[in-house]
Amino acid sequence: MLTSLLLTAGFALMGAGIGAGIVAVGAGLGIGRIGGQAMEGIARQPEASGKIQTAMLIIAALIEVISLFAVVVCLLIALNGNLTF
Amino acid sequence: MSVILLTFSAAVMAASGGDEDKTSFIMHHIKDSHEWHFATIGHTHVTLSLPVIIYSSDRGVEFYSSSAFVDQDTHHFGVEHDGYYIDENDKLQSVDENRSFTDLSITKNVAMLFLILAVTFYLMLSASSYYKKHPNKAPRGIASFVEPIVIFVRDEIARPNIGPRYKKFTPYLLTLFFFIWIGNLLGLLPGASNLTGNIAVTITLAMITFFITNFNGNKDYWRHVVATPGVPLPLLLIIVPVEIIGLFTKPFALTVRLFVAITAGHIVILSFIGLIFVFESYAVGVASTLMVVFINVIELLVATIQAYVFTLFSAMYIGSAVAEHGHEH
Repeated sequence: MLTSLLLTAGFALMGAGIGAGIVAVGAGLGIGRIGGQAMEGIARQPEASGKIQTAMLIIAALIEVISLFAVVVCLLIALNGNLTF
Repeated sequence: MSVILLTFSAAVMAASGGDEDKTSFIMHHIKDSHEWHFATIGHTHVTLSLPVIIYSSDRGVEFYSSSAFVDQDTHHFGVEHDGYYIDENDKLQSVDENRSFTDLSITKNVAMLFLILAVTFYLMLSASSYYKKHPNKAPRGIASFVEPIVIFVRDEIARPNIGPRYKKFTPYLLTLFFFIWIGNLLGLLPGASNLTGNIAVTITLAMITFFITNFNGNKDYWRHVVATPGVPLPLLLIIVPVEIIGLFTKPFALTVRLFVAITAGHIVILSFIGLIFVFESYAVGVASTLMVVFINVIELLVATIQAYVFTLFSAMYIGSAVAEHGHEH
């Protein structure tokens, strides 16, 4: 009985931690790809670097927010993780 | 496997006793409160006790200072005064459970809202009074700060996305942009309250956009939602519910995007500062402070970008609602 209680609390917190880590991978992949394409664009046409840089920052903010959705969920699990029932 | 899990949970449960105050200080900086706590110098808490305003049908409007609900020794809420008390979630409760009342207090977020209003009014009124006094001349002073931003919102956000009827909606977009931008920036100051990261505030802004979009929708807009043209009937049965849900996911995305971006930024900054207190070492102190400075600069950028993105998406939704029928079917 006690074992199953502790196991459930442990699973929830472990899930929150692993989830936050995977979210970081997703955000890194997305923003890294945007950055890479932006670098390529600037290398091809250095005069357009201002416009490309602005667009890149805006898209990076959007992608980052999606990863933050998931971080908030993980944070909610972790902060309410001392479940007693 | 189960042994590993048991060790995880045992370690967390043992640690959670000491960590309680270390994570709760993050929440204390993010959440709303009935008093504005600026700093704690030694043993003195520098706080501003904000008014508590309660409306109930039997007792009418009542004014208190929130210091009446604070225990003077431990400086925590919980003292009962006149039948009300503030519980550990900083929410006003009545001692008699069955009474219903409306909490109209000036909390930290409301006071911050008034501060943002004051800053925005000052910016806009000084700019407009300059233009009245010096017509047809190049702007100087605050007007020269405000004018490029106003032109940016009008020419890059409003006009391309809304089209010929952009003048009617530009004041709303300008208000949105300046309110969110100044709110984000002021929220980054130490001791400030996290207004634009409060989901109630962002949901209100998104709802205003929602109402403006849908009350200005013309026939083409509604036809696209309810009876999408050029779609055969079986597909229509799937597409129409999806379109109607899409009406609501747009303000939902606006809400959560702004809320999460600002709140997560604040949490990261506060976590790095909290790390110093967890480790209690000089090396970590120096490294953490550098990280905090770096992330604060990124948050400045995020403040501007989130204001721009909210305004841009609002403009796009309004534009799609008032668009004249341009494409062939």
